Order: sequence, then C-alpha cells, then structure tokens
Amino acid sequence: MNPPVIEIRGVTKSFGEREVLRGVDLEVAEHEVVALIGASGSGKSTLLRCVDLLEDIDDGDIFLDGEVITDPSVDTVGTRRKLGVVFQAYNLFPHLNVIENVTLGRIRAGGVSRAEAEEQAVSLLARFGLDGREKDRPDNLSGGQQQRVAIARAFAARPRAMLLDEVTSALDPELVGEVLRAVRDLRSEGVTMLIATHEMGFAKEVADRVGFLHEGRLLEISPPAELLESPAEPETKKFLRRLLEAGRA
Amino acid sequence: MPRNRRAEREAVRRARARRGAAIAAVSTIVVLGGLGTLVVTSPGWDEVQQRFFDADAFAAIFPDVLEAFWLDVRIFMVVEAIVLVLGLLVAMARTAKSPAFFPLRMLAVVYTDVFRGVPTILLIYLIGFGIPALALEGLPTDPVVLGGIALALSYGAYVAEVYRAGLRSIHPGQREAALSVGLTENQALRHVVLPQAVRRVGPPLLNDFIALQKDVALISILGVAGEAFRVAQIEAQSSFNYTPLLAAAFLYLCITIPLARLLDWWDAPERARG
Repeated sequence: MNPPVIEIRGVTKSFGEREVLRGVDLEVAEHEVVALIGASGSGKSTLLRCVDLLEDIDDGDIFLDGEVITDPSVDTVGTRRKLGVVFQAYNLFPHLNVIENVTLGRIRAGGVSRAEAEEQAVSLLARFGLDGREKDRPDNLSGGQQQRVAIARAFAARPRAMLLDEVTSALDPELVGEVLRAVRDLRSEGVTMLIATHEMGFAKEVADRVGFLHEGRLLEISPPAELLESPAEPETKKFLRRLLEAGRA
Repeated sequence: MPRNRRAEREAVRRARARRGAAIAAVSTIVVLGGLGTLVVTSPGWDEVQQRFFDADAFAAIFPDVLEAFWLDVRIFMVVEAIVLVLGLLVAMARTAKSPAFFPLRMLAVVYTDVFRGVPTILLIYLIGFGIPALALEGLPTDPVVLGGIALALSYGAYVAEVYRAGLRSIHPGQREAALSVGLTENQALRHVVLPQAVRRVGPPLLNDFIALQKDVALISILGVAGEAFRVAQIEAQSSFNYTPLLAAAFLYLCITIPLARLLDWWDAPERARG
C-alpha cells in the first residue's frame, strides 16, 4: 500500500508562550480531500503553514510521500515545489499580470520555458473561467477571480498536494460559489487536498473526511455526514451548534 | 410640476465655486501685496535691492554662471546614478538574512548610521582635503571627483534607508507566496519583493534627488573651478554684490521646481489608487 501523501506525526508549535499546536496526528491519502474545521486560533492555518515549511515545527515530524520534510537538513525549496498553497488573502503578485502570476514559479522554479508555461497557464486559467483575463492586473479582478488565479498559480506545477487556507473567508458571499466550483473541479480530478476552513458547508461538500481542531488538538476526524450528525466530542457539538446559529452550516 | 433638482444643485455649486475663486483672489492680493509693500517700503530696501537684486549685475554674470551650471548638472547626474546603486546594495545587505552576510550587514548598519549622522559639508571637507593629504599613489585628487564621492557616500546612506523602508513595506505574504510557488529566498527578493519596493519608493527617492541637486553647490568649498555656485561666489566677493549668487539660485530652482512637480504628480492619490 502506498504511504499517505501527507503524514503529520505529533506536531507541536508554539509562538513564544502561546502553544498553537499541541501534538497533531493526521494523514492525507492519495486523492483524498481532508478538511480541517475549528474556531479562529484553533491552529488550522498554522498546521498548513507548517506543512509548507513556512513555519518551523517544534516537535514531531511531517512526511511527504513517506519522506520526512521537517528535518533541518531537508531541502525546503525542493519540498515546497511539490506542494501548492492557496492563501486566504490570495497574495497574488500585484506587479505582475494574471498569466505572469501563474507562470512565475513554473519558469523560475520549474525550469519550464516561457512559451510552454504560458500555454499551460492559458488552459488552466480557462478551466477556472478566467479566459480573456490573462493580461489583467490582479487589482482589476474581483475577489473571487483573484482567488481562482491563486488556485491556478498553486496548481500550475501539478503539486503532490494542495493546501487551501481559508480560501473563501475573505470573499463576499456571492463570490464564494465560483471558488468552490474551482475546488470541486480539482477534487474531481483526484487532487489530494488539505483544507482549512470554518465554512462547514464547504467542508461537507468537498471533503472525504472532516477533522475538528480545538486549541491545537485534533479532537476527532470522520466523514462529513458522520461528524455533522453524531459528533463524538462535546467541543465539536458546541462548535457545530454555534455554526448553525450563525447560519453557516 | 417636478422641479429640476439637478439644475438647481449645479447652480448652487457654480455659485459656491465662483465665490471661492473670488475669495482666493482677494486674499492672495492682500497677503502678497501686503508683504511686498512691507519689504519695498522698508528703510533699507534700496540697499538690499542693490546688493541682491541688481538687474545689470544679474545680466552681466548670468551667462558665466549658466555655463558653469552645466558642470553641476553633470556632477548631479553621475552622483545620482552611483547613489541609486549604492543605496540599493546597502539596503539589500541590511535585509539579507543569511548568517554568511553578518559582517556585510554590520558594515551596512555602521555606514548608514555614520554617514547620515555626519553633516554633508564635513564629509566633503574630510574627503576633499583628507584624501589628497594622505599622499597615497592612485587615489583621486581632482576636487570634482572627491566632492562627488563625498556626496555619493552621504546620499547613499539616506537612499539606502529609503529603499529599506520600501522593502519592509511589502507585506510578508508576498514573500511567502513567492516561496510557496517554489522560488528560493533570493528569487523571491528579486522577482517579487524588490520590484514592488522600488516602485513604492519612487516619490521619496525623488525628494532626495532634489536635495542632492542643490547640495552639489557644497563642493564649491573644495575650490572646484567652473562650478556654478563657485563662479557666482567669486564674482560676489570681488564686486561686493550678492546678485551673482541669486543667478546661481535661479538655475538651481530651474531644476528643482520641475522635479518637485514631477514628485507631486507621482505621489498624487489618484495614481496611488491605480
């Protein structure tokens, strides 16, 4: 049997006195989509940032395709090239146009020719409904369009896994749908994904399993229907009830 | 019958604009006229006018000062080019994270601290007279070159800080996004952070250019022959009349005022939004 694409073992992380992750274990299998839910500050985003090596973990290990990536001796740049990240605030490069945003990494890090990178980018952008937008500056796009460009940018190198950090949280409600469609599109292609969200509807729709993070611990993880209907932990129940009351489940 | 609200509003706005223009005109005439009258009717005005604003003396010296000014412009342009590169290198040395760059970082900190803190005129004396006094082979002795070096070192320190502020103003998410698409730290700096920082610091850089342009006159203290301020100074000293200095000042303004308007245009809010 293949090893999981992402394997997180006993990971802890503190910022100064504040313990953000208190020993998290999690596996994401090939073609699997795992969503992490939990309140702000529960550690979801930090966990994703640790996987992309944007934060150094304190204890534990993270493996990518069975190989440890969190040892100080491991080549961080090479590891990041196998992962695609989409940030909550898009973080598009404002001085570059849409297609340059998508091709920068392919050309500079992937060693692909400009012509080839552009050809791939054009078809990828079209797939996310952004045809004709190639020469636009990010500023001239709506939030939903910007986030779809960010998804195309992260996916351009066909990473082993996509890490999606609250990709709909900065969007106006009417723009959420178009970004969800892009994520569903990736899912239908069998892309392995680890998603942080507090949008239960999103988690329910795209995830094979949903994990509940609370104060830096993964309290439970199960298929979305199961977690929604019969959460085992009282904290999960409380969180889901609050979501329901806020009309977001 | 519905009233034409749009026409009414426009009429009110027009009336308000007319009244505003009238008030501005009157207050300008009163203030400037008052100040002008005060100066011109002052007991010593005739003396001052002869010493500083002598039209004949101005006309007589202006061609010489204008010719000398060309040297100022050339010094300015060469020093400016050096400052732009030097400042960027120092700023990058200060922001470099790798421990291998520690000595470089230290050096950059000391450089910006010392050279910004020392009066430019002292630096010009120190380099302009100190370096030739060392009597070492191979060092420049031309006062234009030495003065240029002193100005470049002084302004390089200011401009380095401008660049550094620009680099720091770029959101850390930009660097992270660059790393996340597989770029190295150096590539992230070169292709993502630096291009944005340089765009952002245009206006403050232009501000330093304006200051540099007029500080070129400081190298006259090294006795640079043929420099505009020096030419005016010699004439002023021999004729006991300051008008030649005003001729030089006029020429400096001819460069600095257009630069200032360019700066305003660059810094305008509607451009910042675009």
